[in-house]
Amino acid sequence: MTTIQPNIGVEYAENATIVSFTDEKILEEKDINSLQESIMSVIEQTERINLILDFSNVKFLSSAVLGLLIRISKRIYEHEGRLRLCNIDPKIYEIFKITRLTKTFDIYKNVESAVKDLS
Amino acid sequence: MTSTASYSIVVESKPSAVTSVFQQIQARLVDHNFGKDDIFAVHLTLEEAFLNAVKHGNKMDPSKKVKVEYSIDADKIEISITDQGSGFQPEAVDDPRFGENLFKPGGRGLLLMNSYMDMVKFNQQGNSVSMVRYKEKPYLKKMPDQ
Repeated sequence: MTTIQPNIGVEYAENATIVSFTDEKILEEKDINSLQESIMSVIEQTERINLILDFSNVKFLSSAVLGLLIRISKRIYEHEGRLRLCNIDPKIYEIFKITRLTKTFDIYKNVESAVKDLS
Repeated sequence: MTSTASYSIVVESKPSAVTSVFQQIQARLVDHNFGKDDIFAVHLTLEEAFLNAVKHGNKMDPSKKVKVEYSIDADKIEISITDQGSGFQPEAVDDPRFGENLFKPGGRGLLLMNSYMDMVKFNQQGNSVSMVRYKEKPYLKKMPDQ
């Protein structure tokens, strides 16, 4: 796995790129901006990317991160790619439900099921 | 512990200032036996309300301050956050759950505050929000016989 400072790890599986968040809490605006820069760079590197965002390390996030996910989703859509989210902690999944983002994002239990869906 | 303890903190108007405020509140929530769900809820709403105060209220002006007042007892925590901005009308904020708002990056903070707190109230000017969270009662596995 390649680690991009300071916030994400990148792995490749079959036809998907897996980006995992390495921080337990994602709150600070500078961290969110840094994440955006790193993930957008990954998206630009692969044509029609199949991107899986792995939240297994994340235990807390604010609504600013939801905004980041919307921006990522739009960029992937523009590039005719596909986005999947996985390993979301139940407390954080509740935030997705409250904001109805479960209607917007494809959320999977784990990386394996997300990869399978994309293959 | 039945008595209510009240605290007031004035901090710099910058997003990172919320960290020490939450640490202080978290320690008092633990002291008063609030559970993980309560702490998660208070953390989330404090982050959202504080960031609103810094960004939308004080417009990222570093010369301004944010005042956080809170009181805590065995049953509930009350938090109020006041900025030095001109205020806003919360009822004018679009519901982020519907239509094209669902695809907008912002506008979810107020919804989360309303969802995770038992009471959320703004002052008339709209530059101060008061929120109350009652302690989550333990889940009873076995209901008493009818």
